[in-house]
Amino acid sequence: MPRALSAGGAVAAFMFALILGTLGIVAVHAGGLSALGPWDLRAIWFTIWQAALSATLSALLAVPVARALARRRFAGRGLLITLLGAPFILPVIVAVMGLVSVFGRSGVVNEVLAWAGFPPVSIYGWQGVIIAHVFFNLPLSVRMILHGWQAIPSERFRLATSLGFEPGDIGRHLERPMLREVLPGAWLAVFLVCLTSFAVALALGGGPRATTVELAIYQAFRFDFDMGKAATLALVQVGLCVAALLLASRVSRPAEFGAGLDRDDVIPAPGGWRCHADGAAIVLAAGFLLVPMLSVIAQGAPGIASLPGAVWVATLRSFVMALISAVLAISLSLALAQSVARGQRWTEFAGMLPLVASPLVLGTGLFLLLRNVTSPTQLALPVTVAINAIMALPFALRILIPAARALQRDYGRLADSLGLRGLARLRILTLPRLARPLGFAGGLSAALAMGDLGVITLFADSRNPTLPLKLYQLMNSYRMDDAAACAVLLMTVSFALFWLFDRGGRIRAAL
Amino acid sequence: MRNALFALLTTASPALAAGPELTIYAPEYFASEWGPGPKIEQGFEAVCECDLVFVTGDVLPRILLEGQGTEADAVIGLSMDQTLRARESGLFAPHNQDTSGLTMPIAWTDQTFLPFNWSETAFVYDETRLASPPQSFQALLDAPDDLKIVIQDPRSSVSGLALLLWVKAVFGDDSKQAWEKLRPKVLTVTQDWSEAYGMFTDGEADMVLSFTTSPAYHIGAEDDKTKHAAIFPEGHYLLAELAAQLKDTDQPELAQKFMDYILSPEFQGMIAEANWSYPSKLPDDQLPAYFADLPRPEKTLSFPEQEAEAIRKPALDEWLSVFAG
Repeated sequence: MPRALSAGGAVAAFMFALILGTLGIVAVHAGGLSALGPWDLRAIWFTIWQAALSATLSALLAVPVARALARRRFAGRGLLITLLGAPFILPVIVAVMGLVSVFGRSGVVNEVLAWAGFPPVSIYGWQGVIIAHVFFNLPLSVRMILHGWQAIPSERFRLATSLGFEPGDIGRHLERPMLREVLPGAWLAVFLVCLTSFAVALALGGGPRATTVELAIYQAFRFDFDMGKAATLALVQVGLCVAALLLASRVSRPAEFGAGLDRDDVIPAPGGWRCHADGAAIVLAAGFLLVPMLSVIAQGAPGIASLPGAVWVATLRSFVMALISAVLAISLSLALAQSVARGQRWTEFAGMLPLVASPLVLGTGLFLLLRNVTSPTQLALPVTVAINAIMALPFALRILIPAARALQRDYGRLADSLGLRGLARLRILTLPRLARPLGFAGGLSAALAMGDLGVITLFADSRNPTLPLKLYQLMNSYRMDDAAACAVLLMTVSFALFWLFDRGGRIRAAL
Repeated sequence: MRNALFALLTTASPALAAGPELTIYAPEYFASEWGPGPKIEQGFEAVCECDLVFVTGDVLPRILLEGQGTEADAVIGLSMDQTLRARESGLFAPHNQDTSGLTMPIAWTDQTFLPFNWSETAFVYDETRLASPPQSFQALLDAPDDLKIVIQDPRSSVSGLALLLWVKAVFGDDSKQAWEKLRPKVLTVTQDWSEAYGMFTDGEADMVLSFTTSPAYHIGAEDDKTKHAAIFPEGHYLLAELAAQLKDTDQPELAQKFMDYILSPEFQGMIAEANWSYPSKLPDDQLPAYFADLPRPEKTLSFPEQEAEAIRKPALDEWLSVFAG
């Protein structure tokens, strides 16, 4: 007997109410939506094309890296895969510091160029925005595509070997169908991330040519107090999200590999020049992603020991809040992923909505809603935990959907025929089978929550500051050295959280 | 378990001060342990028999969202570009202070918004990296384009907006040409001041849009005398931070007492080394010596609020047309 509303359906309905509801509240409070000016339209246009370009580049560059990582075995491979994920979870401001120290005017790259007698290159401009977005999102794309490779049952590769497949045949029969399923999702995730990123676009964009919609929203909020315009711009972002989702779902096709036996066989790796090409892909990606982080660490690490006690208290507080956020995020996204796998596509849209929700409009809507209930300061910590969980939800969902689909396809009927339902199904089938993506999703959610400021313009509790808030305060009090040390601390804890979850998922999956 | 968790998350000790609560909205930096907030809270609670609570965030947008239902009794940290909108809301009451004795470079006659500190916009440089800085705003415009500066976006930052008005005050109708000459020297435009300043201290830019008082931090806190504000004969634009009390406060006596406290020598004495700006009412001889010795411009520029608001939109369009055109 079908239940009236599944858990996934309930979560999806809640997401709609939250994202569109808060937007509606802001619009009603403002007395309606306001018209957009010419600069707003330019911001929308810039936002779309930089997001499309960043997503395409990230997805294309990720394919050779993911393939190399999938089929090569070398010492430290597992650690490298984990480390390559790190840029995605870096707080924006930390990542910008790292990129500037490598690609900036006085950065490593330009020093090497000057030494070799070449003219300097500038990171500032649209190229800076794209470099930053690829830096942030290449890790996400690599991981999503790598999961795709790992999800091809090893029996298919064994069959291919016994049939005498050349690399080209493997590409045609196994890899391309898998990419057809996975790539649109990876592209979509990056596109949506880049739609709402605005700090990056500004610092490296070199000027107001690189204005995104989120900045226009902030301007409407802070300088014009035009909430109607903020709501209109937020609605535009939601519209872009719908369009991108429709596009990606038309392109994506399930690969239909069927179930395997979970043998941990190595994917056959061709030799010759392909071996060198794989090596080059790994080295280049590692260099691009890890050097900026090493540079941040080199700059800030010496100052960590002398950070004031309040920073350590804030670290502990943020750590606990991030754990709660992560558990909340993976619970919600698991419910959504399962209903998406059962064919309720609209729930997928609900799960992607937070990605394009303007944090400022969401926060303002919540503020208007909650201030009649209790003091927003009292709610600062719970709201931060909840918003961070919701903001991480789309990423967790994207990671879980392919795995949940495969699970439903390959084991759904067997489980149904056995009458495996409810908690028992969760414990015996779902959690063990999805342990690896769940661990990854949890790690990502925790790390993102750790680095997020939340909606500090309206919900801040300065008596109980989080670590990102401390970093922000340090930077605004001229204490740049302490801020650099604080950034390294934040990065380390974010990474540790990610590692804990990811490791936990892999160990559980191996049992 | 739940209580333990809550205790862990909220480690701040509950208010030690007894008595009624005075709620003051303030910017995030102000109330942090590195801002002036904690000292002011301690100082005021010693005389008011009340519990002063700073609530942080974007002060004016929050007040405007809340309207008359706001729980704020007073606000501190408004910027000069916000006074018109704040005044038009009708939510604020007069401060009832005598402003004739203020130690500011311009006469202050506003009866509602009370300045507690001030500074001026300036381009800050490091003498070890820039031995011969431009001697005037015009010289900065005429400098070779490999002199790189970082500025802030006037759409998201108070200092960025002040730069718009500064250029307008100095170059008037020639502002567009001034921006066109400045543009090749602008390495990047950041969202807020701290990002730009961080880029400057990291050696990425030769000069950064900041304040005439910025070098004081490096001297006072780091004993570093290499950072200077380039002083221009054309004048520098005034930035003051303001406080005000709410009309509908349920603690009118306390709010008024706080307004009185702002101009007291005790409060004023805390500002220089906690806010790294000039106090609004403190004779030079009571400032730390290095602070009083900072070079000051001969001319301070400032537009009246109506005029500043009228200039803002066209100046912004002009800036955008040069920088994004």
